[in-house]
Amino acid sequence: MSEQEYVPKSKAGKWFNDRLPLLSLASHLTDYPTPKNLNYWWTFGGILTFCLLTQIITGIVLAMHYVAHADLAFASVEHIMRDVNYGWLIRYIHSNGASMFFLAVYIHIFRSLFYGSYKSPREIIWIIGLMIYLLMMAAAFMGYVLPWGQMSFWGATVITNLFSAIPLVGDSITTWLWGAYSVDNPTLTRFFSLHYLIPFLILGLVVLHIWALHVPGNNNPVGIDIKKPSKDTVPFHPYITIKDAFALLLFMIIFAGFVFFAPNVLGHSDNYIQANPMVTPAHIVPEWYLLPFYAILRSVPDKLGGVILMFGAIFILFVLPWLDTSKVRSAVFRPIYRQFFWILIVDVLVLGYVGAMPAEGIYLVLARVGTVYYFLHFIVILPVVGYLEKTEPVPLSISDPVLTGSADYSMAKKDNEKI
Amino acid sequence: MKKFKIFFYILLSLSIFNTIKSAEQIDPIKVDWSFKGLLGKFDRASLQRGYQVYNEVCASCHSMQYLSYRNLGEPGGPEFSEEEVKAIAAGFEVTDGPDAQGEMFTRPGRPSDKFVSPYPNVNAAAAANGGAYPPDMSVLVKARKGGANYIYSVLVGYEDPPPGVILDEGVYYNKYMIGNKIKMPNNLSDGLVEYADGTEATVDQMAKDVTTFLSWAAEPELESRHKTGVKVILYLVLLSILVFLSMKRIWSRVNPEE
Repeated sequence: MSEQEYVPKSKAGKWFNDRLPLLSLASHLTDYPTPKNLNYWWTFGGILTFCLLTQIITGIVLAMHYVAHADLAFASVEHIMRDVNYGWLIRYIHSNGASMFFLAVYIHIFRSLFYGSYKSPREIIWIIGLMIYLLMMAAAFMGYVLPWGQMSFWGATVITNLFSAIPLVGDSITTWLWGAYSVDNPTLTRFFSLHYLIPFLILGLVVLHIWALHVPGNNNPVGIDIKKPSKDTVPFHPYITIKDAFALLLFMIIFAGFVFFAPNVLGHSDNYIQANPMVTPAHIVPEWYLLPFYAILRSVPDKLGGVILMFGAIFILFVLPWLDTSKVRSAVFRPIYRQFFWILIVDVLVLGYVGAMPAEGIYLVLARVGTVYYFLHFIVILPVVGYLEKTEPVPLSISDPVLTGSADYSMAKKDNEKI
Repeated sequence: MKKFKIFFYILLSLSIFNTIKSAEQIDPIKVDWSFKGLLGKFDRASLQRGYQVYNEVCASCHSMQYLSYRNLGEPGGPEFSEEEVKAIAAGFEVTDGPDAQGEMFTRPGRPSDKFVSPYPNVNAAAAANGGAYPPDMSVLVKARKGGANYIYSVLVGYEDPPPGVILDEGVYYNKYMIGNKIKMPNNLSDGLVEYADGTEATVDQMAKDVTTFLSWAAEPELESRHKTGVKVILYLVLLSILVFLSMKRIWSRVNPEE
């Protein structure tokens, strides 16, 4: 990883490091040269690590008190809320923590979209990140089922039923997923098992995500390649650690605001009614962070088509590095792409909004327009804009913000001349 | 900035559309509850009166299976004295067992017992109430959109059905209930209970008291949550300021002009 050899000062340290180079790793992590112009949008990696660890620690404690059984789960959650010392705090941190985790991951993803962090040579970081995001959605969905409230039960029913849309084997797959002929106790126990497993898979992927990041180093708001180490970089510690700590504290204030003063505002009141297979709620809605995908799912009149589009909306992101044809990374120098970036944000927010509304009338129209635009953005707009856009001159280095243009961006310059 | 403006216009127009659409449903009455807000606390006397209303009126049909009698004496709740809690618990017959002979038996309740339910199970409760199960009220306030305001509104929302609305036997008209039809009769009438503290037992007073009690039952941690929350946020704000100053100091080596 790091080019310069690290030699521990003490004899014991050297002895240990020769056998397991943990001290070299620690030295690499503290000295890791980081662009000095990283803004606060770059602090969400650290915030997300905090979120993951918070979920794991609170989750381990909750699992000590929770009972994964269809007849006992709801009561065991109330037991946690009432009888376990600070059980309410641990559970509210865990349930709101999921929302905060997604809030942070969406900011992290859109930061990558704005500054072109997914582009060469960082495609693998981006793809590992998407795998983490997929696992997060699976973990969050299964976690929401565990309290065995009405939304838990009916959300699980709707989502698992999606697999029945697969031709020929769909029904068998759904039965296999349930472990029964409907969502029932076997479904709950396996969801609990998987819900406990997935965070550790995520943790493993996070290590790979950071490892892959440390090969090319961080992208930065200007989006240019920089020499490392140089006057454009600072050592990770203390410069980035203190900045990450400050941003994390601000994030924790918002987090605490939800936990202590509005712990149920992000949840659905129906989930405080015990699951009842005989009573369907008036509107079945997922948690807010899945709403845009839910809107895409419901915008298609055909079930299989809806399922394909919903999963397609995520999987299209895997090929994003190859759909974006622009050589310039940062949207700061891409006046046209910048506009489309904001339109995409509005599009996703509108999809999220209509996802929470009944699928009828104006909402259905909006969902369809939003879905079409979402795919249009990635399949048509990104490749075309990359070719046609007249990008602004890119600086040579961070320390030298004079707009001089660069040999590295001769392609972009040629494009400029064409237009 | 322009993009944000456009976005907000879109959201605004959507929300206006939304309010027009749901105009048929009456919004619950907004009550200025003492337990709302960052430093909200329950009104102790109201909680005690509310328990009395629950016990004398609601408890004949509605269970509260997740509460224990000891909760009535815990800090942040009605805070009955230890003797009062023991006396309340002892007033209930609790089925216990099996004993050494394998027989179930009844004994007077203890503070550690859960609230005794009026019916042995959900089916029995539904059968005794015209097919409608009177919901368990332990977390009822959290389980309804609108929370305390909604529960209070339903309790005071009974009126004669408007012309053209025909109700079946055992169904009542309530302007705040979703769908306006409710199987629970209007059980509150002025002077129904005699409050120990001399408060006049109007329908409005009883509805407010019992709703306060139910809000506490759903969130018994509310007061300590609010208190802890204020401390946590103060601590985080102070720490943020210190870390911010340290950060400025450290980064001044890189950006001396800042």
